[in-house]
Amino acid sequence: MFTETKIVRRKKRNERVAQAVFGLMTLAMIIPLLLIIGYLVVQAFPLLSWDFLVTNPASGMRKGGIWSALLGTIYLVGISLLISAPIGVLAAVYLNEYTSDNWYTRIINLGVVNLAGVPSIVHALFGLGAFVLFAGMGRSIIAASLTLAIMTLPVIIASTKESLASVPMAFREACWNVGATRWQTIRHIVLPNSISGILTGVILQVSRTAGETAPIMFTGAVFFKKIQEGNLFAYGLKDQRMALSMHLYTVTTQVTDAPKALPYAIAVVLLATVLLVNALSIILRVYLRSRKKW
Amino acid sequence: MAADNQIEVRDLRLSYGPKEVIHGISFDVHRHEILAIIGPAQAGKTSLLRCINRTIDFTPGAKVTGTIAVDGEDVQKTKNVYALRRKIGMVAPLPVGLPLTIYDNVAFAPRSAGVRAKRDLDVLVERCLRQAALWDEVKDRLDTLGTKLSGGQQQRLTIARALSHEPEILCLDEFSIAIDPVTTMRIEDVLKELKQQITIILVTNLVQQARRLAGRTMFLFKGDLIEVDRTEVIFSDKPGNPMTRDYVSGTFG
Amino acid sequence: MASPRLSVELRQRWQRLSEPVIEWTIRLCGISAIVFVFGIFFFVFREGAGFLFKELDLKQFLFSTEWYPTSQSNVRYGVLALIVGTFSVTVLAMLIAVPFGLGAAIYVSEFCGNRTRETLKIVIEMLAAIPSVVWGFIGLSVMNPVIQNVFHAPVGLNVMNGAILLALMSVPIMVSIGEDSLKAVPDSYREAALALGATRWQLVYRVLVPAAKNGLLAAVLLGVGRAVGETMAVLMATGHAVNIPHSVFDPVRTLTATIAAELGEASVGSDHYQVLFIIGILLFSMTFVVNLAADLIVKGVRKQ
Repeated sequence: MFTETKIVRRKKRNERVAQAVFGLMTLAMIIPLLLIIGYLVVQAFPLLSWDFLVTNPASGMRKGGIWSALLGTIYLVGISLLISAPIGVLAAVYLNEYTSDNWYTRIINLGVVNLAGVPSIVHALFGLGAFVLFAGMGRSIIAASLTLAIMTLPVIIASTKESLASVPMAFREACWNVGATRWQTIRHIVLPNSISGILTGVILQVSRTAGETAPIMFTGAVFFKKIQEGNLFAYGLKDQRMALSMHLYTVTTQVTDAPKALPYAIAVVLLATVLLVNALSIILRVYLRSRKKW
Repeated sequence: MAADNQIEVRDLRLSYGPKEVIHGISFDVHRHEILAIIGPAQAGKTSLLRCINRTIDFTPGAKVTGTIAVDGEDVQKTKNVYALRRKIGMVAPLPVGLPLTIYDNVAFAPRSAGVRAKRDLDVLVERCLRQAALWDEVKDRLDTLGTKLSGGQQQRLTIARALSHEPEILCLDEFSIAIDPVTTMRIEDVLKELKQQITIILVTNLVQQARRLAGRTMFLFKGDLIEVDRTEVIFSDKPGNPMTRDYVSGTFG
Repeated sequence: MASPRLSVELRQRWQRLSEPVIEWTIRLCGISAIVFVFGIFFFVFREGAGFLFKELDLKQFLFSTEWYPTSQSNVRYGVLALIVGTFSVTVLAMLIAVPFGLGAAIYVSEFCGNRTRETLKIVIEMLAAIPSVVWGFIGLSVMNPVIQNVFHAPVGLNVMNGAILLALMSVPIMVSIGEDSLKAVPDSYREAALALGATRWQLVYRVLVPAAKNGLLAAVLLGVGRAVGETMAVLMATGHAVNIPHSVFDPVRTLTATIAAELGEASVGSDHYQVLFIIGILLFSMTFVVNLAADLIVKGVRKQ
């Protein structure tokens, strides 16, 4: 009675075809990418070493390492994080804890989404007009960090908000019932239990900041600046500085007869940094999910 | 205010946006009594409790008119709403263990109110857990997470939390719907003991529970106060309102 | 030593005083996103406003293909070629990215096992994390020779190169939002279809895609927004020719790349400088509209 009819067989075949097609489409994006990355690593191989990371570039970038650029990137990431993390977390707290769904919050959400969609070069223009010129900071680390901080703010807001929303309402009501204020509830129950989402957002912000080029091109990144090797505090807030992403761009487009492996090596370092940071966030997410408290 | 009224409600109306859910009710709660509030779902029982301790404030669009006077003070006009909420203990239908240790669960309210001395907190935590009939089961593991307890234990933990800020009034909102009958019985014993020190308002959908515990019972139906009287009268053949007898006997609801 | 009662009183009073201050700080942070969006518009506008109102010939600006900002004798600011540049790269990128992106979204959401799904999602997340300058580098060093060899094109830095890069960059957004939209289709639809004997494929194209079409459309729009606004990758990979392309193998210049390439040379406050800012305003408006549209569509989805 349940033998396969012709129609059923056709349906099953269509099903398998569809599955194969979609699966192939997915693979079609991933495999070339893996091949490309492999190619990059292979090309970069001759230059990759610890020395490469900690020595300064020399003779017009043709020799030496990338220390100053690396340090510059670290500074940028750190300072912009210090600025955007508190504002982003508190903004998400406001949106999730202090307001309800009405036209006001919709406008704010629209603002967040639009801030996220602004082209990076427009952020650069903004940074130039607002921080470098209007606020008189000149091209400096602080101007570039502020620009980057504003650019990555939506990332922190979005992931924090999601995390806050996953804390059950019942917890908050239980706190209010015993006379705790909104802020006490947030501080003692809601925020501590949203750490995973906040950290995820922070890590994502770090990875984006490390990779961005356009916003810092005109607000404080330079092609070359000599700093002490191995000194972690070589940059002051008002200095201009190099950054990995900018370095990759300029070496690729403006330096002639650099050793062939050099731009590949910079790309690989940058890529590895970004991917490692992302991997960290994924691991963290999985770990925290397994330690859930409820 | 009459001397033995702890709470006086006059002409209370509550609307969520355009929809009115409590239509001008008035009643008293006597000191140190157990007042049961019975009625089918959507009667406004939970909303009523939330008006009394002002957690209705957290619902956007909720509008309250009329007066609720607790010890002579209108709760709508109180200067310190947190002190008001500490005067009133609230137990919700679903057991809630906060994601803190058991000790911290019970210490949360006093700490929020400013009590920091460890000795005071230790004494308080033990006393409240004993009063809630939970001490013996958890005294050796006060540092386990509150969320890991069973439903019945979490509900008793909630009661301990409610007692930790030394309330004068205790409100319980259908506390037994998510716990087993044995724990329910234990909590009912707890309530009978507490009655000597605090006033208890017991919202329940188990009419027999009202009969067992309450001195007076109030019947609320779709936002209207149908009848409030001594429990024997409510459950008798001739209550003030025939609808009461129908509900109590299970004819509807 | 103050009595315990007194210190409790003091703490309560401190708490009552500090709570509103804390609340106001939080409120301020809450509106920061909007403030910054307005700020961005304001400051970009400010730098370009002078030229915009005084001398800019709007018709020539928008409709002429002659972009000679540094000419000594005859300065012209026509951005049509640049607009077409942005447009052509974006359209081609979407033609590639949409089928692949939505296909992948369907695969991840409906057709693969749980473990594959987790792995794929991680891979796609990594794809999304690759910085645009690295993509640009890939375009220059890898895609360039590949395109020249495979397609026998004279130049490897062109519309095709940029489009492939943009496609790869937009796919992660489309997959993630597309997958969310498919997941948001109520289970009752699925159950009904399966109860009628539909295969997964029939379920997808007869039921899920039509039901999720708003979310899928929004996903595409967001991909478009990303592509239009992308700077570094197109700067490095599309070549530097300011003209209207006649084939996908012609080099072009996009709006974004123009700003990036020329801002360094324009002196602050000069006409050229201001015009670049005006292009910035143009870009901002374009992405604003696209994002607004996507957001409205998504809100429509959630109301269901």
